[in-house]
Amino acid sequence: MTADREVKIAIIGGGPAGLAAAVSAAESGVSPEDILIIERDHVPGGILNQCIHNGFGLHTFREELTGPEYAGRFVDMAKERGIPFLLDTMAVDISRGETAGAAGKELKYLSVMNREDGFFTIGASAVVLAMGCRERPRGALNIPGFRPAGIYTAGTAQRFVNIEGRMPGREAVILGSGDIGLIMARRMTLEGAKVRAVVELMPYSGGLKRNIVQCLDDFGIPLKLSHTVVDIRGRERVEAVTIAEVGPDRRPIPGTEETFACDTLLLSCGLIPENELSHGLGVELSGVTGGPVVNESLETNIPGVFACGNVLHVHDLVDYVSEEAGTAGRCSAAYVMNPAESRGGRTVSVRCRYGVRYTVPASIRTEYMAERQIIRFRVGAVYRDACVAVDFDGKAFRRQKKRILAPGEMEQVVLGKSDMEAAGVSEITIRIEEEPQGTRQGV
Amino acid sequence: MYDVIIIGAGVTGCAVARELARRERSVAVLERGLDVCEGTSKANSGIVHAGHDAHPGTWKARFNVEGSLLMEELSKELDFPYRRNTSLVIGFDEEDRRTLEGLLAQGLENGVKGLELWDGSRVREKEPQLSDAVTCALYCPTGGIVDPFLLTVALAENACVGGVSFFFGEEVTELCRAGEGFVLKTARGGSYETRAVVNAAGVYADVFHNMVSEDKVHITPRKGEYLLMDKKTTGFVNATIFQCPTKMGKGILVTPTVHGNLLLGPTSEDIADKENTETTAAGLEEVLAKAGLSAKELPVRQVITSFTGLRAHSDNGDFIVGEAADCPGFFDAAGIESPGLTSAPAIGRYLAERINERFPAPEKTDFIAVRKGIPCMADADPEERKRLVAENPLYANVVCRCELVTEGEIVEAIRRPVGAKTLDGIKRRVRAGMGRCQAGFCTPKQMEILARELGVEEEAIVKSGPGARLLTGYTKSNIS
Repeated sequence: MTADREVKIAIIGGGPAGLAAAVSAAESGVSPEDILIIERDHVPGGILNQCIHNGFGLHTFREELTGPEYAGRFVDMAKERGIPFLLDTMAVDISRGETAGAAGKELKYLSVMNREDGFFTIGASAVVLAMGCRERPRGALNIPGFRPAGIYTAGTAQRFVNIEGRMPGREAVILGSGDIGLIMARRMTLEGAKVRAVVELMPYSGGLKRNIVQCLDDFGIPLKLSHTVVDIRGRERVEAVTIAEVGPDRRPIPGTEETFACDTLLLSCGLIPENELSHGLGVELSGVTGGPVVNESLETNIPGVFACGNVLHVHDLVDYVSEEAGTAGRCSAAYVMNPAESRGGRTVSVRCRYGVRYTVPASIRTEYMAERQIIRFRVGAVYRDACVAVDFDGKAFRRQKKRILAPGEMEQVVLGKSDMEAAGVSEITIRIEEEPQGTRQGV
Repeated sequence: MYDVIIIGAGVTGCAVARELARRERSVAVLERGLDVCEGTSKANSGIVHAGHDAHPGTWKARFNVEGSLLMEELSKELDFPYRRNTSLVIGFDEEDRRTLEGLLAQGLENGVKGLELWDGSRVREKEPQLSDAVTCALYCPTGGIVDPFLLTVALAENACVGGVSFFFGEEVTELCRAGEGFVLKTARGGSYETRAVVNAAGVYADVFHNMVSEDKVHITPRKGEYLLMDKKTTGFVNATIFQCPTKMGKGILVTPTVHGNLLLGPTSEDIADKENTETTAAGLEEVLAKAGLSAKELPVRQVITSFTGLRAHSDNGDFIVGEAADCPGFFDAAGIESPGLTSAPAIGRYLAERINERFPAPEKTDFIAVRKGIPCMADADPEERKRLVAENPLYANVVCRCELVTEGEIVEAIRRPVGAKTLDGIKRRVRAGMGRCQAGFCTPKQMEILARELGVEEEAIVKSGPGARLLTGYTKSNIS
C-alpha cells in the first residue's frame, strides 16, 4: 500500500477532543504541518456547534461559554499554530502498514474522501482517534408500538432546533434524563413547545444535578424517575406516548400506565462511542465503555494509536475532554519524536472493584507516566457519604470521602509518580466503600 | 382508458407490471402509499423459500418453486441483492424428525432439488451457533435471501422504463364494472377507466375482489413481529434457520439478511385491523424466546430496530391467483402471504400470460429487460471507490456514516424512475438510515437533499405517508 500523502500525526475528528489533541501535539514540539485534523463536517467544532447553551469552560477558561464559543477558542488555537484541517472529509478505513514512515514508526494508512480531492490514502506515524460518540436509537431500546415520524434522539432534535431553526414537534415527552435530554427539555420549552415530562428508567437521573435544576425544575417540567415508555401511538406522526412505572427489575408495573397526548418523543438514553474505525483497525475495545482499552499515554493496544474524548469513554464535561485530549496529543508527539522508544518497562494494572464500572487508563507504565496521573472512572449507582478507596496491591493507600457519587458524573483520582514508585506497586484497585450509615440507591 | 390497471405497488403488483410492460399496451399502477413497497412487501423475512413447505398441487407450491428458480436470473437482470445462502429446518425430537421427513417428501414432490436430512452433529458443524438440543434438520441448498425493497424497486423501475405509469397517493375507494371494462375511483377524486384490473392489494385484496365478484373471499391480516440486529452480528448464522412449521406458518426464523444483519421473527397472530403494524412487548419477547431455542448466545444487545408486517392470509390458506370466474377482466393476486416474495416473479409471468390470452397484444420490440442498480459505496473496493468519486464528487460526501451512504447515491435514488420521495423511500433504496444509529445522524442531511431535489420546503418532507411530517415549523413560531 502506498500513501498519497504522509503526516506524522493524523487526528480523526475535529471536535473538542481532536482540536485539543492537535494543539497539545504542536505545543509538545511536533511541527504543525506534520499534524492533520480530519473532520467530516464543513466546520470544526463537532457536536459543540449545536450546544448553544452556556456552562462550558468553567474549568478550562474559568468563564461560562456556549458550546460554539468553547470550540471557537480551540479552533483559534489550532489555526494560530498553523495546524492544517481537512474539512468535509470522511475517514472510511484505517489499516496498519509494514513500512516505516519519516518518523521511523510503522505507518497507519487512512482511506479518506472528500469532494475536492476524491478518494485517497494518508499515511500517518501516529493516529489520534477522536471520533466522538452517537446516541442510542429507539430500536436498541425495544420500545414497542408504531413507528411514526416524530421520534428523534435528543441530539437530532437539537440540531434541527439550534442549527436549522426548525421545530421537530409541538408537544414532547422525553425519555432519558441524560444531559442532552435535560438541555433539550429546556430548549424545546424556550422555542415554544410543551414538554409533558422527562421519563427516566433508573431511580436517579443520568444527568448533571445543575441541569436538572436549571432545565426541568425552573420550567416546572416533571421528572418521572423509575418510569419508561411502554407504547407509542400514531401511524404516521406520533399521537400519544404511554409511560409506566418500573419495578426494581426495571420492568413496567401493570396498572401504572399514564398516556400523554403529544406529537414528539425525544430519546436521551445513552451515548455509544463511535468505534467502527477503531474496530476495523484491530483496536481492543472495552465491553463496559465501548471505547478503546488504553494505558497511561491513552495509547491503545496498537502502538502509535491513541484515543481521547467521547470515543474513549463518554464524558460529562467538555473541560475533561480537552484535558484528556491534551494528554493524547502530548503522548502522540512523544511517540513520533522519540525514535527509540521502548515498549518494555514496568506495567501497573488498574482494576475496578465494587461500585466502579471502569477506569481510564486500564494500565500505567510508570516509566512513561507524568508526575501526576489522573485516573477517571464512573460509578454504577448513587452512593451517599461513601469513600473512593484506592488500594496498592491490596493494601489501603488512600480513602477519599465523597458526599455523593452518581453515575451521571465522572469521578477521578490523581496519583503521584513518586508515591507509586515508592510503593513499588504492581496493581492498583479503585472501589467504593460505603459507610455503615450511608444509603445507596439503585443497582 | 387503460388496458390494465394494477391496484397496489407491492412486490406482486410491480412484478405483474413489469411482465405486462413487455407488450404493447397501456398499464397503470395505483398505489395508496407515496412509494412502492409500502405494505407487506416492506416488512417480511426477505427469504427466497426453497419450496418444500407448500402442499403439492397448491398455487403456493407451484409459484414458490417457479419463483425460486427465476430469482437468480432475475437478480442479475435487474441488479438487486440475492444470495443462495441455503436454509435449514431444524428439529429437536423424534416428532420433529417425522415432520422433516414429511417435508422432504413434500419437497421432492414439489420438485425442490438437493434436499437432505441431516443429523444434529452435521447441522452444528455447518452452523456452530445452533442449539445443542437440535437433533436433526432438513438441509435445503436452494434456499436463499433477497432484499425485498430492492427487488420491488427494481421491478417497478424496470416497469416504469417500459412505459408503465405509477400513481402514488391514489387510494382506490370504488371499483365497478362499466360496460366491458371497469371504472376505479380514488379517495382524492381520481377516476380511471380500464379494460382489465389486477388486484394486488395485499391485506385489502378481499375488499376489491368482493366489490366485483359474488364468489366472496376473506383475507385475515396475520401479524408478524421482527427484530433486526446490527451488522456486527454478520456470520452468527450463515444459513436461514427455520423451526418445524405449524398451522400458523413457518415459525420464528433466525436468518442473515443480504446486507449482513441478523433478522429474528416473525410471530404469528391473526388480527382484525388491517393497519395494525405496531410491535408489542409480548411479541418482541416471544421472538427472542423462540429464536433462543434455535440458536445459543443470541446477541440480544445488538438489536437496532423492530417492526411488524401483516401477512395477507386467505381463508383457504392458498394464494388466489387468476381471473375471477364471475368477473371477466378482473385478475386476482390475493392472499399473497409467504412464500409470496419468492413467488412474485412467477405470479407476474402467470398473470401476464392470462391477461394476454384475454386481451392479446403484440410484444414490444424495444423492451429493455435489464436494469442497473445504484452503485453502492459501501460495497465498492478502493479502486471502485476512487472511480465513483472521480465520476461524481457527490460520492465523496458521506451522508449516512453507519452504512456509508453518500450524497451521490441518495440523489440518484431520488432522480431515478419511480424515485424516492420520502425518507423511508431513500432508506429502502440506498440504506441511508438503515444502520445502527437508525437515521439519528443523517435525518437532517437527507431532508436537506430531498427538499433540494424535489424543490419543496423541508417542512413538506415526510418519513413515509402524507401525514408523517418530520418538522412542525420554525422555532418560536408557536409563541404568540
